[in-house]
Amino acid sequence: MRTTDKLEVRVWRGNAAGGFSAYEVPRQNSQTVLDVVTHIQRHLEPSLSYRFACRVGMCGSCAMTVNGKARWTCRTHVAKVLDEGRGLEIAPLANLPVIKDLVTDMGEFFDKWARARGSFKGTATRHDDFARVAPTSPERAAADAGIECIGCAVCYSSCDVVAWRPDFLGPAALNRAWTLVNDVRATGQRERLAAVAGDAGCHSCHTQGSCTERCPKKIAPTLAIAGLKRTVAKAAVRGQL
Amino acid sequence: MSAAVAQAKRWYRQRISAMVLVVCVVVHLCGLVYAVRGGLTATEILGRTHGNWGFALFYAVFVIACAVHVPVGLTNIAREWWGLGERAGLWLGRAFAVLLLVLGLRSVYAVVA
Repeated sequence: MRTTDKLEVRVWRGNAAGGFSAYEVPRQNSQTVLDVVTHIQRHLEPSLSYRFACRVGMCGSCAMTVNGKARWTCRTHVAKVLDEGRGLEIAPLANLPVIKDLVTDMGEFFDKWARARGSFKGTATRHDDFARVAPTSPERAAADAGIECIGCAVCYSSCDVVAWRPDFLGPAALNRAWTLVNDVRATGQRERLAAVAGDAGCHSCHTQGSCTERCPKKIAPTLAIAGLKRTVAKAAVRGQL
Repeated sequence: MSAAVAQAKRWYRQRISAMVLVVCVVVHLCGLVYAVRGGLTATEILGRTHGNWGFALFYAVFVIACAVHVPVGLTNIAREWWGLGERAGLWLGRAFAVLLLVLGLRSVYAVVA
Protein backbone atom coordinates (compact mmCIF):
# COMPACT_ATOMS: atom_id res chain seq x y z
CA MET A 1 0.00 0.00 0.00
CA ARG A 2 1.19 3.49 -0.80
CA THR A 3 1.44 5.88 2.09
CA THR A 4 2.24 9.07 0.15
CA ASP A 5 1.76 10.30 -3.41
CA LYS A 6 5.29 11.66 -3.72
CA LEU A 7 8.61 9.92 -3.53
CA GLU A 8 11.73 11.63 -2.21
CA VAL A 9 14.60 10.41 -4.39
CA ARG A 10 18.30 11.19 -4.12
CA VAL A 11 20.30 10.39 -7.25
CA TRP A 12 24.06 10.44 -7.71
CA ARG A 13 25.21 13.10 -10.21
CA GLY A 14 28.66 13.57 -11.67
CA ASN A 15 31.67 11.25 -11.50
CA ALA A 16 33.40 9.83 -8.41
CA ALA A 17 33.73 13.36 -7.00
CA GLY A 18 30.03 14.12 -7.52
CA GLY A 19 27.20 14.15 -5.04
CA PHE A 20 23.51 13.39 -4.57
CA SER A 21 20.76 15.58 -6.05
CA ALA A 22 17.22 15.42 -4.67
CA TYR A 23 14.09 14.94 -6.81
CA GLU A 24 10.41 14.49 -6.16
CA VAL A 25 8.79 11.78 -8.23
CA PRO A 26 5.09 10.84 -8.37
CA ARG A 27 4.40 7.54 -6.65
CA GLN A 28 2.78 4.81 -8.75
CA ASN A 29 1.51 1.36 -8.03
CA SER A 30 3.94 -1.43 -8.94
CA GLN A 31 6.59 1.21 -9.66
CA THR A 32 10.12 -0.08 -10.19
CA VAL A 33 13.30 1.79 -9.34
CA LEU A 34 14.07 1.92 -13.08
CA ASP A 35 10.67 3.62 -13.62
CA VAL A 36 11.74 6.26 -11.09
CA VAL A 37 15.09 6.89 -12.81
CA THR A 38 13.38 7.05 -16.22
CA HIS A 39 10.82 9.54 -14.89
CA ILE A 40 13.60 11.77 -13.56
CA GLN A 41 15.44 11.74 -16.89
CA ARG A 42 12.35 12.33 -19.01
CA HIS A 43 10.68 15.00 -16.88
CA LEU A 44 13.12 16.51 -14.38
CA GLU A 45 16.77 16.08 -15.40
CA PRO A 46 17.30 15.41 -19.13
CA SER A 47 21.08 15.22 -18.69
CA LEU A 48 20.88 12.25 -16.26
CA SER A 49 22.88 9.29 -17.59
CA TYR A 50 21.96 5.67 -16.85
CA ARG A 51 21.93 2.31 -18.62
CA PHE A 52 19.09 -0.07 -19.31
CA ALA A 53 17.95 -2.25 -22.19
CA CYS A 54 15.48 -5.10 -21.69
CA ARG A 55 13.57 -3.92 -18.57
CA VAL A 56 12.69 -7.54 -17.72
CA GLY A 57 15.80 -8.91 -15.99
CA MET A 58 17.47 -10.50 -18.98
CA CYS A 59 20.25 -8.12 -20.01
CA GLY A 60 21.82 -7.14 -16.68
CA SER A 61 22.59 -3.56 -17.74
CA CYS A 62 20.43 -1.60 -15.24
CA ALA A 63 22.18 -2.63 -12.01
CA MET A 64 22.68 0.25 -9.54
CA THR A 65 23.15 0.76 -5.84
CA VAL A 66 19.70 1.26 -4.33
CA ASN A 67 19.61 2.32 -0.68
CA GLY A 68 23.10 0.94 -0.20
CA LYS A 69 22.66 -2.42 -1.94
CA ALA A 70 23.43 -3.41 -5.51
CA ARG A 71 20.29 -4.49 -7.38
CA TRP A 72 18.71 -4.75 -10.81
CA THR A 73 16.58 -1.62 -10.87
CA CYS A 74 14.16 -3.09 -13.44
CA ARG A 75 13.20 -5.96 -11.14
CA THR A 76 13.15 -4.00 -7.91
CA HIS A 77 9.81 -2.58 -6.83
CA VAL A 78 10.05 0.73 -4.98
CA ALA A 79 7.73 -0.67 -2.30
CA LYS A 80 10.26 -3.42 -1.55
CA VAL A 81 13.21 -1.13 -0.86
CA LEU A 82 11.68 2.17 0.20
CA ASP A 83 12.86 3.36 3.57
CA GLU A 84 10.12 5.76 4.76
CA GLY A 85 12.59 7.82 6.76
CA ARG A 86 15.32 7.92 4.16
CA GLY A 87 13.37 7.81 0.90
CA LEU A 88 15.09 6.29 -2.08
CA GLU A 89 18.82 6.71 -2.71
CA ILE A 90 20.12 5.65 -6.11
CA ALA A 91 23.87 5.52 -6.80
CA PRO A 92 26.11 3.86 -9.39
CA LEU A 93 27.48 0.36 -8.72
CA ALA A 94 30.30 0.28 -6.17
CA ASN A 95 33.81 -1.05 -6.95
CA LEU A 96 33.66 0.27 -10.54
CA PRO A 97 34.88 3.64 -11.82
CA VAL A 98 32.00 6.07 -12.31
CA ILE A 99 31.86 7.60 -15.79
CA LYS A 100 28.90 9.87 -15.15
CA ASP A 101 25.85 9.79 -12.87
CA LEU A 102 24.63 6.18 -12.72
CA VAL A 103 26.90 4.85 -15.45
CA THR A 104 30.03 2.93 -14.49
CA ASP A 105 32.98 1.76 -16.56
CA MET A 106 32.53 -2.03 -16.78
CA GLY A 107 35.81 -2.54 -18.68
CA GLU A 108 37.82 -3.87 -15.74
CA PHE A 109 34.95 -6.17 -14.71
CA PHE A 110 34.90 -7.91 -18.09
CA ASP A 111 38.70 -7.83 -18.48
CA LYS A 112 38.82 -9.95 -15.33
CA TRP A 113 36.60 -12.59 -17.00
CA ALA A 114 39.26 -12.82 -19.70
CA ARG A 115 42.04 -12.95 -17.10
CA ALA A 116 40.23 -15.84 -15.37
CA ARG A 117 40.31 -17.72 -18.72
CA GLY A 118 36.56 -17.33 -18.98
CA SER A 119 36.24 -18.08 -22.68
CA PHE A 120 35.46 -21.56 -23.95
CA LYS A 121 37.95 -23.36 -26.16
CA GLY A 122 37.44 -26.99 -27.15
CA THR A 123 39.09 -29.47 -29.48
CA ALA A 124 36.06 -30.65 -31.46
CA THR A 125 35.44 -29.40 -34.99
CA ARG A 126 32.21 -29.22 -36.99
CA HIS A 127 33.07 -32.66 -38.38
CA ASP A 128 32.98 -34.26 -34.94
CA ASP A 129 29.89 -35.66 -33.32
CA PHE A 130 28.24 -33.80 -30.42
CA ALA A 131 29.91 -34.31 -27.06
CA ARG A 132 27.73 -36.42 -24.84
CA VAL A 133 27.60 -35.08 -21.29
CA ALA A 134 25.27 -36.85 -18.88
CA PRO A 135 22.91 -34.26 -17.33
CA THR A 136 23.25 -36.03 -13.99
CA SER A 137 27.05 -36.07 -13.87
CA PRO A 138 28.52 -34.04 -10.97
CA GLU A 139 30.53 -31.87 -13.39
CA ARG A 140 27.46 -31.00 -15.43
CA ALA A 141 25.46 -30.23 -12.26
CA ALA A 142 28.24 -27.91 -11.01
CA ALA A 143 28.46 -26.12 -14.37
CA ASP A 144 24.65 -25.82 -14.60
CA ALA A 145 24.51 -24.17 -11.18
CA GLY A 146 26.55 -21.19 -12.35
CA ILE A 147 25.91 -21.01 -16.08
CA GLU A 148 22.97 -18.57 -16.02
CA CYS A 149 25.11 -15.56 -15.03
CA ILE A 150 24.34 -12.56 -17.27
CA GLY A 151 27.26 -10.38 -16.11
CA CYS A 152 25.32 -7.62 -14.34
CA ALA A 153 28.15 -7.03 -11.80
CA VAL A 154 25.81 -6.97 -8.78
CA CYS A 155 28.05 -9.58 -7.10
CA TYR A 156 31.24 -7.70 -8.01
CA SER A 157 29.82 -4.48 -6.62
CA SER A 158 28.78 -6.24 -3.38
CA CYS A 159 32.17 -7.88 -2.74
CA ASP A 160 34.29 -6.43 0.07
CA VAL A 161 37.40 -8.27 -1.15
CA VAL A 162 37.21 -6.41 -4.49
CA ALA A 163 37.20 -3.16 -2.49
CA TRP A 164 40.23 -4.29 -0.43
CA ARG A 165 42.20 -5.87 -3.29
CA PRO A 166 41.48 -4.13 -6.59
CA ASP A 167 43.22 -6.90 -8.55
CA PHE A 168 40.88 -9.60 -7.12
CA LEU A 169 39.13 -11.25 -10.07
CA GLY A 170 35.77 -11.11 -8.31
CA PRO A 171 32.82 -13.50 -7.93
CA ALA A 172 31.47 -13.34 -11.50
CA ALA A 173 34.77 -14.11 -13.25
CA LEU A 174 35.58 -16.91 -10.79
CA ASN A 175 32.07 -18.36 -11.15
CA ARG A 176 32.57 -18.37 -14.92
CA ALA A 177 35.94 -20.10 -14.54
CA TRP A 178 34.32 -22.76 -12.31
CA THR A 179 31.67 -23.55 -14.95
CA LEU A 180 34.51 -24.09 -17.46
CA VAL A 181 36.60 -26.16 -15.03
CA ASN A 182 33.57 -28.46 -14.93
CA ASP A 183 33.09 -28.44 -18.69
CA VAL A 184 34.51 -31.77 -19.87
CA ARG A 185 34.87 -30.37 -23.43
CA ALA A 186 36.99 -27.37 -22.41
CA THR A 187 40.76 -27.29 -22.93
CA GLY A 188 43.49 -25.28 -21.17
CA GLN A 189 42.37 -26.34 -17.69
CA ARG A 190 45.85 -26.14 -16.19
CA GLU A 191 46.25 -22.53 -17.38
CA ARG A 192 42.77 -21.75 -16.10
CA LEU A 193 43.53 -23.13 -12.63
CA ALA A 194 46.81 -21.18 -12.54
CA ALA A 195 44.94 -18.02 -13.56
CA VAL A 196 42.37 -18.31 -10.77
CA ALA A 197 44.87 -19.27 -8.03
CA GLY A 198 46.65 -16.93 -5.68
CA ASP A 199 46.16 -13.40 -4.43
CA ALA A 200 44.07 -12.11 -7.30
CA GLY A 201 42.08 -15.32 -7.46
CA CYS A 202 39.96 -17.68 -5.41
CA HIS A 203 42.23 -17.81 -2.35
CA SER A 204 41.52 -14.20 -1.47
CA CYS A 205 37.80 -14.92 -1.00
CA HIS A 206 36.74 -14.79 2.67
CA THR A 207 33.47 -16.65 2.05
CA GLN A 208 31.43 -13.73 3.37
CA GLY A 209 28.72 -14.61 0.84
CA SER A 210 27.55 -11.11 -0.15
CA CYS A 211 27.74 -12.15 -3.81
CA THR A 212 25.52 -15.17 -3.21
CA GLU A 213 23.06 -13.19 -1.10
CA ARG A 214 22.66 -10.41 -3.67
CA CYS A 215 22.81 -12.34 -6.96
CA PRO A 216 19.47 -11.67 -8.70
CA LYS A 217 19.80 -14.99 -10.54
CA LYS A 218 20.21 -16.89 -7.26
CA ILE A 219 23.61 -18.19 -8.36
CA ALA A 220 26.10 -19.01 -5.59
CA PRO A 221 29.54 -17.71 -6.62
CA THR A 222 30.67 -18.50 -3.07
CA LEU A 223 30.18 -22.21 -3.80
CA ALA A 224 31.96 -21.87 -7.15
CA ILE A 225 34.92 -20.17 -5.46
CA ALA A 226 35.03 -22.88 -2.77
CA GLY A 227 35.14 -25.47 -5.57
CA LEU A 228 38.00 -23.60 -7.23
CA LYS A 229 39.91 -23.42 -3.93
CA ARG A 230 39.66 -27.20 -3.51
CA THR A 231 40.57 -27.98 -7.11
CA VAL A 232 43.45 -25.50 -7.25
CA ALA A 233 44.88 -26.62 -3.89
CA LYS A 234 44.76 -30.29 -4.90
CA ALA A 235 46.55 -29.45 -8.16
CA ALA A 236 49.17 -27.35 -6.33
CA VAL A 237 49.90 -30.03 -3.73
CA ARG A 238 50.24 -32.67 -6.49
CA GLY A 239 52.59 -30.38 -8.45
CA GLN A 240 50.13 -30.12 -11.35
CA LEU A 241 49.88 -26.33 -11.36
CA MET B 1 57.41 -21.90 -6.97
CA SER B 2 55.04 -19.22 -8.24
CA ALA B 3 53.21 -16.92 -5.82
CA ALA B 4 49.89 -18.48 -6.85
CA VAL B 5 51.07 -22.02 -6.08
CA ALA B 6 52.50 -20.87 -2.74
CA GLN B 7 49.17 -19.21 -1.91
CA ALA B 8 47.27 -22.38 -2.86
CA LYS B 9 49.52 -24.45 -0.59
CA ARG B 10 49.09 -22.00 2.28
CA TRP B 11 45.31 -22.32 1.88
CA TYR B 12 45.67 -26.11 1.94
CA ARG B 13 47.73 -25.99 5.15
CA GLN B 14 45.18 -23.63 6.69
CA ARG B 15 42.37 -26.00 5.76
CA ILE B 16 44.07 -29.14 7.13
CA SER B 17 45.09 -27.35 10.36
CA ALA B 18 41.49 -26.12 10.74
CA MET B 19 40.32 -29.75 10.71
CA VAL B 20 42.83 -30.58 13.46
CA LEU B 21 41.72 -27.50 15.43
CA VAL B 22 38.05 -28.54 15.30
CA VAL B 23 38.93 -31.76 17.14
CA CYS B 24 41.36 -30.00 19.51
CA VAL B 25 38.89 -27.27 20.50
CA VAL B 26 36.09 -29.76 21.19
CA VAL B 27 38.35 -32.00 23.31
CA HIS B 28 39.79 -28.94 25.07
CA LEU B 29 36.35 -27.51 25.96
CA CYS B 30 34.98 -30.88 27.10
CA GLY B 31 38.12 -31.45 29.18
CA LEU B 32 37.75 -28.00 30.68
CA VAL B 33 34.12 -28.52 31.70
CA TYR B 34 34.97 -31.94 33.15
CA ALA B 35 38.06 -30.69 35.00
CA VAL B 36 36.37 -27.79 36.80
CA ARG B 37 33.36 -29.78 38.02
CA GLY B 38 34.61 -29.77 41.60
CA GLY B 39 36.29 -26.35 41.71
CA LEU B 40 39.69 -25.45 40.37
CA THR B 41 43.04 -24.93 42.07
CA ALA B 42 46.60 -24.69 40.73
CA THR B 43 47.60 -27.70 42.81
CA GLU B 44 44.79 -29.77 41.37
CA ILE B 45 45.66 -28.80 37.78
CA LEU B 46 49.37 -29.44 38.18
CA GLY B 47 48.62 -32.70 39.97
CA ARG B 48 46.78 -33.87 36.86
CA THR B 49 49.19 -32.51 34.26
CA HIS B 50 52.60 -33.27 35.85
CA GLY B 51 54.23 -36.13 34.02
CA ASN B 52 51.14 -36.61 31.85
CA TRP B 53 52.75 -37.08 28.42
CA GLY B 54 49.41 -37.77 26.71
CA PHE B 55 48.30 -34.31 27.83
CA ALA B 56 51.59 -32.89 26.57
CA LEU B 57 51.24 -34.56 23.17
CA PHE B 58 47.64 -33.37 22.73
CA TYR B 59 48.41 -29.75 23.58
CA ALA B 60 51.63 -29.77 21.53
CA VAL B 61 49.52 -30.79 18.51
CA PHE B 62 47.03 -28.03 19.42
CA VAL B 63 49.80 -25.41 19.56
CA ILE B 64 51.37 -26.56 16.27
CA ALA B 65 47.98 -26.51 14.52
CA CYS B 66 47.47 -22.92 15.76
CA ALA B 67 50.94 -21.93 14.58
CA VAL B 68 50.14 -23.30 11.11
CA HIS B 69 46.59 -21.94 10.91
CA VAL B 70 46.68 -18.44 12.39
CA PRO B 71 49.55 -16.84 10.41
CA VAL B 72 47.86 -17.52 7.05
CA GLY B 73 44.80 -15.52 8.08
CA LEU B 74 46.88 -12.88 9.85
CA THR B 75 48.92 -12.32 6.67
CA ASN B 76 45.70 -11.77 4.69
CA ILE B 77 44.34 -9.33 7.28
CA ALA B 78 47.64 -7.43 7.35
CA ARG B 79 47.62 -7.12 3.58
CA GLU B 80 43.97 -6.16 3.17
CA TRP B 81 43.36 -3.96 6.20
CA TRP B 82 46.78 -2.53 7.00
CA GLY B 83 48.02 -2.28 3.41
CA LEU B 84 51.18 -4.38 3.93
CA GLY B 85 52.93 -5.75 0.84
CA GLU B 86 53.16 -9.50 0.19
CA ARG B 87 56.67 -9.94 1.60
CA ALA B 88 56.00 -7.84 4.70
CA GLY B 89 52.71 -9.69 5.30
CA LEU B 90 54.39 -13.09 4.99
CA TRP B 91 57.21 -12.15 7.36
CA LEU B 92 54.71 -10.83 9.89
CA GLY B 93 52.87 -14.16 9.63
CA ARG B 94 56.08 -16.15 10.11
CA ALA B 95 57.11 -14.06 13.10
CA PHE B 96 53.68 -14.59 14.66
CA ALA B 97 53.94 -18.34 13.99
CA VAL B 98 57.25 -18.47 15.88
CA LEU B 99 55.74 -16.45 18.74
CA LEU B 100 52.78 -18.84 19.00
CA LEU B 101 55.06 -21.88 18.89
CA VAL B 102 57.46 -20.59 21.55
CA LEU B 103 54.79 -19.33 23.95
CA GLY B 104 52.51 -22.33 23.41
CA LEU B 105 55.09 -25.08 23.71
CA ARG B 106 56.73 -23.33 26.68
CA SER B 107 53.35 -23.33 28.47
CA VAL B 108 52.81 -27.01 27.72
CA TYR B 109 56.30 -27.82 29.01
CA ALA B 110 55.72 -25.74 32.13
CA VAL B 111 52.61 -27.66 33.26
CA VAL B 112 53.86 -31.13 32.30
CA ALA B 113 57.55 -31.21 33.24
